[in-house]
Amino acid sequence: MKGSGNQLTASFSPWLPVVVAGFVIFGGWELALTIYNPDGFVLPPPSDIVASFVDNFDVVWQAVKVTGFIIVTGLVAGVVAGAAAALIVTRFRLGDEIITPLAVAVNAVPIIALAPIFNAWFGSLSPRSNQAVVLVLVFFPIFINTTRGLSDVEASQIELMESYAAGRWRITREVRIPNALPYFFTALELATSLAVIAAIVAEYFGGRQDALGNIITNSAGLTRYDDAWAAVLAGALIGFALYLLIQVAEHFVMPWKTRADSS
Amino acid sequence: MSSEPAAVTISGVSQVFNPGRPNEVRALDHIDLTVATGEFITLIGPSGCGKSTLLRLIAALLPLTGGEVKVNGKQADQARLDRDYGMAFQKAGLFDWRTVARNIELPLELMGWSKTDRRRRAREMLDLVKLGDFAGNRPAELSGGMQQRVAIARALSFSPSLLLMDEPFGALDEMTREHMQAELLRIWAETATTVVFVTHSIPEAVFLSSRVVVMSPRPGRVADIISVDLGTRQETTRESEAFFKKVTEVREALRAVERLS
Repeated sequence: MKGSGNQLTASFSPWLPVVVAGFVIFGGWELALTIYNPDGFVLPPPSDIVASFVDNFDVVWQAVKVTGFIIVTGLVAGVVAGAAAALIVTRFRLGDEIITPLAVAVNAVPIIALAPIFNAWFGSLSPRSNQAVVLVLVFFPIFINTTRGLSDVEASQIELMESYAAGRWRITREVRIPNALPYFFTALELATSLAVIAAIVAEYFGGRQDALGNIITNSAGLTRYDDAWAAVLAGALIGFALYLLIQVAEHFVMPWKTRADSS
Repeated sequence: MSSEPAAVTISGVSQVFNPGRPNEVRALDHIDLTVATGEFITLIGPSGCGKSTLLRLIAALLPLTGGEVKVNGKQADQARLDRDYGMAFQKAGLFDWRTVARNIELPLELMGWSKTDRRRRAREMLDLVKLGDFAGNRPAELSGGMQQRVAIARALSFSPSLLLMDEPFGALDEMTREHMQAELLRIWAETATTVVFVTHSIPEAVFLSSRVVVMSPRPGRVADIISVDLGTRQETTRESEAFFKKVTEVREALRAVERLS
C-alpha cells in the first residue's frame, strides 16, 4: 500500500510544480487586474481570454488549421532539408565547402524580414510564401546540430567499423546517425518554437485572412485585445502540442536514452 | 622452416606523418618484427614511441608510408578486408543504441551472418566472458570492466586468428585490471588466438605475454625484445621471484631507452 502511494506521488510530482506555478502566475494576473485595472483594456484578464477563445472557437479552430498547416508543412520541409544537408556535408568534402558557408550566409539574413518579399514571389495568398519563411528559419538549427552530431563520433568507434571493413555509408548508418539523434531532437524542439513564431509573424505580412497572424493584427487594430490574446493562446497550444509529439517520438526513436535517464 | 606464414610480419616499416610539411613527424623508424601464430606479444614504451601507431599499421587503419606489413602472409589491408583480426581499444567503444548482445552481433551483421547464427554466437561469446545474464542490458548499465569484456567478446565473435588490443585495461582500477588479465589469458588459451597487446604497464606486459617488445621514442624503434617464460600464469605468478626478475628486466630496458632519448 505504501509502495503504491509513493508511486502515485512519484508520477504526479513532475507536474506539481507546473500546476502550482500556473496557479500563481494566472491567479496573480487575474487578481492584479481585478484590483488595479478593472477595465482590462490593454491587458485582458485570463478569464476574458479564455472566454473569447471559447466564444469564437469556430474562428479560432479554423485559424489553428490554417496556421497549423503552414507550421507543420514548413517544419517538415525545413527538418528534411536540414538533416539531408547535414548528411551531405558530413559525407562529401565538396558538399561541406559549398553548403556550410551558404547556410551561414543565409542564416545571417533576418529571414522574417523577407516575408513581404516572399509574398511578392509566391503571391500573397499562396501558402508557399509563409511555408518558405518557416522552412528557411527551421533549416539552420537542424542543419548545424545534426552536422555536429554526425561528426562528434568517438574516433575508436570509427576505427572499429573500419577494422570490420565497413563502408562509409554503413558507418554513417550504424554509428553517425544514431550518435546524431540526441543532437537532432534538441534542435527539433528549438525548431518547433521557431516554426510557430515564423508562421504567425509571416502572416502579419500576408497570407489568408482566417489565419492566426491576421486575427492577431486585425483584432489588435480594432482594440479587441481579448480576441488577439485568444489567437496567441491558440498559437501557444499548437507549439505545446508539437512539443509533446516530439517528446513521444524521442521516446520511441531513442529508447536507450530514456532508459538510461530513468534508471 | 614451417610452411605456415607468421601471424604478423613487419619488415623495414618507417612511418612518417605529415611528410614534407613543417610538422613532419617520423613516428616509426625501420621496424622489423615477426609475431608467430598463437603467440601473445606486448608492445611497451614511453608515450610517443609509436606503439599504437604500429598496432594501427598491423590493422591497416593508417596508410603505410614505408616498408611492409603482412598479416597471415597477406598485405595488411587485404587482411583487414578479409576480417583476419579483431580489435579492442582503451575505450570499450560499445554502441549505446544496441543491447549488449547486439553489440557483439555487429561484426557478424556486417559479415552477413543469419539472425539465428548471430544470436547463438553472441550467447556463446557472452558465456565465454562470463556475462551470460547481461545479453539484454544496455552498455551504460554495465561497469567499466564488464564493458571491456563485452568489447573483447565482440572482437572475438567472428573467431579472427589475430586479436589487436590497444591498452584495453588502461582505464580500469588495479584489481579489475588483474582480473581481466587472467580472463584474457584464459580466453587466449581457449581460442588459440594470436594477440598483439599495447600497454604502458610493466607488470601487465610481463604477466600476459611470451615476449615483451620494448620500444624507444622519437623516432619509434624496437630497443629490445625480452622473452618471458613463466609457464602457465596463476595469481601466485604475480608474487613469484621469476615474475619480479622479469619486471625488473623490462624496467631496466625502459630506463635505458629513456636515457637514450
